Amino acid sequence: MADAGEYLHTVTVTVNNAQYTVTVEARTLLVHLIRDDLGLTGTHIGCDTSQCGACTVDIDGKAVKSCTVLAVMADGSSITTIEGLGSDGSLHPIQAAFHEHHALQCGFCTPGMIMRIRELLRENPNPSEHEIRHGLSGNICRCTGYHNIVRAVESLTAGARRL
Amino acid sequence: MTETTTLTYIGQPLRRREDFKFITGKGRYVDDIKIAGMLHLAILRSPHAHAVIKRVDLAAAEAAAGVRLALSGADLAGKIGPIVPNWIMPGTKVPNRPVVAVDRVRFVGECVALVVATTPALAYDAVSLIEAEYESLPAVVDEWEAIKEGAPQLHENVPNNITTVYKVDGGDYRRAAREADQIITLRLTNNRLIPTCMETRSILAKPNADGTLTVYMPSQVPHMHRRWIADTVGIPEHQLRIIAPDIGGGFGAKMHLYPEELLCPFLARALGVPIKWWESRSESHQSTHHGRAHTEDIQIAFRNDGKILGLKVETLGNVGAYLSNMASGGPTVNTINFGTGTYKIENYAAISKVVVTNTVPVDAYRGYGRPEGAYIAERAIDAVARHLKLDQVEVRRKNFIQKADFPYKPYNGPAVIYDSGDYEGCLNAAMKAFDYTARTKERDELRRTDCYRGIGVAAYTHVCGMAPSRRLARIGFDRGGWESARVGIDSSGRATIYSGSMSQGHGHATSLAQIAADVLQIPIGSIDVVQGDTRQVQAGHGTFNSRSMAVGGSSVHVCAKRIVAKAKCIAASMLEVDEKDVAYQNGSFSVPGTDIQPLSFAKVARMAYLGHALPEGTAPGLDETLFYDPPGMGSPSGVHMAYVEVDTETGIVDVLDYVAVDDAGTLINPLLAAGQIHGGVVQGIGQAIWEEVSYDRGNGQLISSSLLDYAVPRAECVPNIRSSFQMTPSPTNPIGVKGIGENGSIAAPPTIVHAVLDALSPFGITHLDMPLTPPRIWSAIQNVRAGARQ
Repeated sequence: MADAGEYLHTVTVTVNNAQYTVTVEARTLLVHLIRDDLGLTGTHIGCDTSQCGACTVDIDGKAVKSCTVLAVMADGSSITTIEGLGSDGSLHPIQAAFHEHHALQCGFCTPGMIMRIRELLRENPNPSEHEIRHGLSGNICRCTGYHNIVRAVESLTAGARRL
Repeated sequence: MTETTTLTYIGQPLRRREDFKFITGKGRYVDDIKIAGMLHLAILRSPHAHAVIKRVDLAAAEAAAGVRLALSGADLAGKIGPIVPNWIMPGTKVPNRPVVAVDRVRFVGECVALVVATTPALAYDAVSLIEAEYESLPAVVDEWEAIKEGAPQLHENVPNNITTVYKVDGGDYRRAAREADQIITLRLTNNRLIPTCMETRSILAKPNADGTLTVYMPSQVPHMHRRWIADTVGIPEHQLRIIAPDIGGGFGAKMHLYPEELLCPFLARALGVPIKWWESRSESHQSTHHGRAHTEDIQIAFRNDGKILGLKVETLGNVGAYLSNMASGGPTVNTINFGTGTYKIENYAAISKVVVTNTVPVDAYRGYGRPEGAYIAERAIDAVARHLKLDQVEVRRKNFIQKADFPYKPYNGPAVIYDSGDYEGCLNAAMKAFDYTARTKERDELRRTDCYRGIGVAAYTHVCGMAPSRRLARIGFDRGGWESARVGIDSSGRATIYSGSMSQGHGHATSLAQIAADVLQIPIGSIDVVQGDTRQVQAGHGTFNSRSMAVGGSSVHVCAKRIVAKAKCIAASMLEVDEKDVAYQNGSFSVPGTDIQPLSFAKVARMAYLGHALPEGTAPGLDETLFYDPPGMGSPSGVHMAYVEVDTETGIVDVLDYVAVDDAGTLINPLLAAGQIHGGVVQGIGQAIWEEVSYDRGNGQLISSSLLDYAVPRAECVPNIRSSFQMTPSPTNPIGVKGIGENGSIAAPPTIVHAVLDALSPFGITHLDMPLTPPRIWSAIQNVRAGARQ
């Protein structure tokens, strides 16, 4: 087997407004860089086939499953993880809605779910129930049956906020 | 003097106190824990369903970068194991299960060898360098094939691959069959499922400087795991500490004893360093237990007015290659004891055979036996209604156990008692919420336009929190049925609850605090809940079998009452009055009818710790521990209804509406209770329409080996779940609470299947097996059309 050294790369990423330079193996996935090298363990790994969405983060304004990206591909990008939401001890509105509507049970899918919803509402501030459900189809939740997650998103739509 | 509770936290839809860490990414699951110097375990798993191990050569793996240790099953033989089930039904033949296979493998995924290396990636690299040579043997994956003459035999001490035979009966089925107007026979498949907790299993074992060992693991049953691991690895139990941090779902999958849970502690002690193992999702499909996997042959004897006179059941429970923890009890006691469901079927004859096959072991999954039992009863009653062309609701009414019949012993058997219920009440509420009459009319009108909609109904009951302990002994359990609670009051009057129950997303930090707050009459913000650490929590069984509120919650309730009793005694001494004259109201001790200044709970707590003015014979402190062994079991029940549309061109089932009316007795927190129903129902819809573990019948390969091939429900596949509750308090515990966690996954499969069969009734289709995938439905319709053309 070849020496691991020849596969090493240096990657610089901005995560939650802080810049990090990390040395990784070529095969390292972005999710592993986030969890293992940066210690941001709010981003979870729920599968190995990009089905579950637990690892969803925001990369340069797009919600991306961070297990589908090699760490080296993220070089130079700006990333937001669940730890980067909210400010000064106050919750982001999606986080607050999840609490209010009991949209989480075990909490494992929750960070990825919230990161995806953030993009969903950016793309479509007023989604119908059908559009919400369709928009969440890349994120699996095994506890809530999605019912209260949909309620939480509905409470955040432009229409609901006007009420 | 009676106590009146003025604070009523029970029944309030309080938002969860535990949410904040999860929504901000600060939840702490085992894989989030990293300890300096820890090494990583990776496992070579059998690629064969059945084979003799000829040779395992570890040399190349041992020489690979970062590898500290490589071991085969032969290296471990005699050092740890075997893995022994925790529930062994009387008469069961228990196959020997080594922790790592030594000379033979019996399912795809069985542990064959292992590597310990400095990183997970290097450990996996090295595993791929292990050379294992096998001589493959014929394999059998289906339970009905496994018991045929000439079938491959898995274990020498298990002739015909049957470990257990169990019978239960009542009345006289043969007489009922003679007296019946008609008899229907059905073969039902209860499809094999993968529990699919979003967090896979993970274990981190850490040796401590004082010779003790700490094991972090997502355990539904931390104290039971402590005993099992101690016994199987050979560690003194008191020197083993299990910490279950946040758990990403359990559903039964995290309450058994798996090889990796033994290997990490063993290796950590052997090498003197922390050892971590993390299960990938694809690995999980072949290493974590599956659920269900039954075949049931049933005969229903009934009168032409729809009254069922008798039921005969023959169950084959496929439990995979070895007997997992509770596998001999699931298809037997847990299933066929409950085959008559919510109906008064007085003549019952049932037999269950527990069958080993070359597949992943099968054990508890959300409901364990009750979904299978309810499916028998519900498919039976639905078949009668369909056959007689009677209204599905009226046939149920005719056969229901009535409110006045409780406590009710099904088929007059000795084993089961339903404590309470009101099935008619649930049915009426469900029909109203569903708008049954209008929906029926709409369905009939749409059929004239070739739009095929169907209405499904199912009723269920459950018996939760198996107890008392002596009853468990009779059926072969190596555990009790109690739960423990400690209520510790600090010297300022705040409380910490130490509970042997174990939340995996259930919200016990909120619900157990609600129970305690009502008894202690202190604000819920002054109560903390501790679970999941065997060094902090005195003892326990854990969370499964929908037992946490009924058994764990009752233990907290009774224990908190002891605190109040002692505090009252101390207060009487402080007030210099007789204890019987003291009342406890609104969190303060007073003497009604006098002008004596009341004492706050906090002041009494302080005195308990000062010890200055305690009554004669009263020990200082305000801290009570209780082991609560329930006298009986509570039976939640309910009626669910679904409205579906079947696209006859594609076979796709669209669930348009779902109504759940559940009776779980007193609700501690209706918000959390509804959440349990939502999640359970969607898992049940998953079983009914999409989920199925698929094996190659020839070579025993696992086909649904990742989430690419195993379809759990997505948000877009399911409707809103319209949940509401009735409350018939259980007389078996002091709170009146019954189980809630498993009810949805019990009720939903038959509800959905009945709705689809109703939609397909114009085609003359009377039976289909789960999962009702598009190809299965499309083929059924095509077969009917082809038949019509001939």
